[in-house]
Amino acid sequence: MSVEIGLLYSRIRRDDKLLLSELRDRGHEVRKVDVRDTTFAVGAAGDTGEATVDDTDDTERATDAVSALAGCDVVLDRCLATSRSVYTTRFAAAYDVPIVNDPETARVCADKVETSLALAAAGVPTPETRVAFDTESALAAVESFGYPCVLKPVVGSWGRLLAKLEGRAAAEAVLEHKATLGHYEHKVFYVQNFVEKPGRDLRVLVCGTEPVAAMSRSGDHWLTNAKRGAETAAFELDDRAAELATAAAEAVGGGLLGVDLMEVGGDGESEYTVHEVNHTVEFEALNDAVETDVPATVVDWLETTHGAGADDTGQVIVE
Amino acid sequence: MTETDCVECGGTVALHDDYEAGEIVDCETCGVELEVLEASPPVLDRAPELEEDWGE
Repeated sequence: MSVEIGLLYSRIRRDDKLLLSELRDRGHEVRKVDVRDTTFAVGAAGDTGEATVDDTDDTERATDAVSALAGCDVVLDRCLATSRSVYTTRFAAAYDVPIVNDPETARVCADKVETSLALAAAGVPTPETRVAFDTESALAAVESFGYPCVLKPVVGSWGRLLAKLEGRAAAEAVLEHKATLGHYEHKVFYVQNFVEKPGRDLRVLVCGTEPVAAMSRSGDHWLTNAKRGAETAAFELDDRAAELATAAAEAVGGGLLGVDLMEVGGDGESEYTVHEVNHTVEFEALNDAVETDVPATVVDWLETTHGAGADDTGQVIVE
Repeated sequence: MTETDCVECGGTVALHDDYEAGEIVDCETCGVELEVLEASPPVLDRAPELEEDWGE
């Protein structure tokens, strides 16, 4: 059965092209909505009028989100910018348009403090973390962990602006820089115990709450993000890793997610800590690393949850 | 294959057959990143700079 799928975007990445191809090849109708050209009206649920296009220079490309999304069986949030993702998912939900991911999932995943709280509340092992709002208390948090430890921005990705603090002088300098030069979010000091990992971490793609593919990301640098040039390879999940990926997804509400884990068990012991859950997951590197056809698997899941026989509440069905 | 001009250097930019509005392409002459604003006919402009909250 053909499904009408909206795709919120501001940049079509290779991941998005793979998804678009898969959806179109299966005969689904795809409606691309560039959120930069779109306005989102508050209190507009049920208004499915024609797209509003102003004829002034500044707004001539502005489209009304209600009409742009009306009639979609499901909308995929593929916004590159977290700030846009958090709000657009909220608007889609307010317009009663099913959205992947759910706005609550986006809210929790967009902010590392929220993610850490959700993981801890669910009993999912995650690196020991302290949050402070002043440089002195942040320094106290750093010293409580000892060196090295890690300072992360609460919003951010691709490993940017993460600092591995090797000593007190470096800690004082980085904290002062963040307090002086940063946006107010950088004055929320998110301090984490440094986890000794075996030169790699793991990315698990989850659909609903089911892990569907996984890869390792290896490198000499302490940050092993694929975007930073880490080498990727397929990773076969053991029962514990799969269990934790599922538990982490459940902790943030389920959906199409990228769960990041580090191996902490040492030789021959399967134990992990979950350090991140991504809600607008990129899978280009994963698709290249694994035999699983990732876009096909994602579309399979979308069809199951929002295609023929899907829950008419429009919510993602979490198995 | 569709060809259009780079807005930065005027060089020729070759677009794959399946190019999409919203996609980023590189100009092989000057190296600038270009965004496809409209697909048919192709309209390109300089791609936005990296923002702090991008990526996952």
